[in-house]
Amino acid sequence: MHASVRPAVSVNIPPTVTNAGTREATSALSMRMTISKVNFFYGAKQTLFDISMGIATNKVTALIGPSGCGKSTLLRTFNRMHETVRNSRLQGEILLDGQDIIAQDVTALRRRIGMVFQRPNPFPKSIFDNVAYGLRINGSKLPIAEAVEKSLRHAALWDEVKDHLHKSAYELSGGQQQRLCIARALAVEPEVLLLDEPCSALDPISTAKIEELLVQLKDLCTIVIVTHNMQQAARVSDFTAFLLLGQLIEFSPTPQLFTTPTDPRTEAYITGRFG
Amino acid sequence: MSPRLRWRKFVSGFMLTMTGVCAVVAVAVLFFILGYLVYHGGTSISWNFFTKLPAPVGETGGGMANAIVGSAKLLLLATLIGVPIGFFGAIYLAEFSGGTIAFVVRYAADLLNGVPSIVIGIFAFTLVVQPFKHFSTLAGGFALGLMMIPITLRSTEEFLRAVPRALREGAMALGASKWKTISTVIVPAAYRGILTAILLAFARVAGETAPLLFTALGNRFWSPGWNQPTASLPAMIYTYAIAPYEDWHRQAWAAGLVLLGLILVINIVARAILSRGIAVPRS
Repeated sequence: MHASVRPAVSVNIPPTVTNAGTREATSALSMRMTISKVNFFYGAKQTLFDISMGIATNKVTALIGPSGCGKSTLLRTFNRMHETVRNSRLQGEILLDGQDIIAQDVTALRRRIGMVFQRPNPFPKSIFDNVAYGLRINGSKLPIAEAVEKSLRHAALWDEVKDHLHKSAYELSGGQQQRLCIARALAVEPEVLLLDEPCSALDPISTAKIEELLVQLKDLCTIVIVTHNMQQAARVSDFTAFLLLGQLIEFSPTPQLFTTPTDPRTEAYITGRFG
Repeated sequence: MSPRLRWRKFVSGFMLTMTGVCAVVAVAVLFFILGYLVYHGGTSISWNFFTKLPAPVGETGGGMANAIVGSAKLLLLATLIGVPIGFFGAIYLAEFSGGTIAFVVRYAADLLNGVPSIVIGIFAFTLVVQPFKHFSTLAGGFALGLMMIPITLRSTEEFLRAVPRALREGAMALGASKWKTISTVIVPAAYRGILTAILLAFARVAGETAPLLFTALGNRFWSPGWNQPTASLPAMIYTYAIAPYEDWHRQAWAAGLVLLGLILVINIVARAILSRGIAVPRS
């Protein structure tokens, strides 16, 4: 069984960080999440192999790799969304603030780790009710109207929607809907925000807005973003993990991964030789 | 134009005409029935029809006030029995179950849906009428309620399943429990469809006669209580239509029109409710 409380791990370098330089660069950081030796199975098929890494507090960590490499699967284990899929199985340990996420109540965990999906998925409710949703179901004592405004401001959407908060969320454009989903996730004040290819359904201008937003949001929470877009990873992230066929190939500070990758496979991928 | 192309054009035109004619025939049957009912019922209907009890045999005039109220009571009871069971059963099927149980329940519901209504009537007779030694509104409502269960269950399940997975995940990622996700996101997203399903079930049983013959029986007077026989519009139509009196035939037409009007009004009210709120766009 898992111990419910563990000593807080503040300085812990992910074992897979691949070289000495990285080790120095990251050793001063505190880790919001620590992933060790994670294996993941869909039925008999293993899709993640022995993944260990750290998610640095108030930084943006990007997961990149070709389609099917397991980056979304890995992200979905962080808030245990993988449990919604039948016959899936997770081995290994994932800690949030030093505590095992598997030992925690899953609804409480997901309040601390928010998630934004590939396609905007606003609820069939008004803009206001969408943002208020998390607060309401959690019985939050905060004044809801203020919290909604705050979240919409954080998501850089307030000025565009403040005059029609009670209109249907579906009247917004795709980019606005995605920012609404970010606001909805931020409303419950999560410690970590997971984004699963948040811009893949958006046009370049909406994408730019969201990227800009992410950089601002890291003061508020720790961000993990899955992206198939390497330029995006380079623009927004502080650390980048490159996955291939379910394995973590390389995990380094972003500039280093993109300029001096240590693994030939990483180099091949970022230079566009496959993927 | 080559002969081959001419042939293709002919086939295309022929099929288009044929499908069009079939569509027109289908709609025409409906309008013919409606028109006939309005024509005959409309001329026979009067204020007395809604306020008076049936006239004694041999006298003309009178109305079907007791049957209108009786049908309303039967349908209320049927809805109270059929809708909750069908609705919550559908939630279980769509959201919680998998594999064998779901298969068995679904299969059983489809079978129940196919059971002739007269058999349902005999079943209710054995289960409710015989032990109480009384034909009653309760027994009639029970029989109609049984018929509503499979219709509500199967169509509600379909509408729940059609709610995009992304919405479920969105709610669960915010820390909503399974039940919270269902009650605050999935059901609201599917409620238009669910309401339509319930309406269909309601309209279907509103006109059922056979199950009532063994259960609610009929009554030429006000039904004294829920455990007593009651008149109902379909049973009245049946009795009056096969009677040898011209006046009764007219009353049967009027009853048919009222029954149709009742369903129409409920439909319109429900659609008015449906048009409010926010629908999930199709992607």
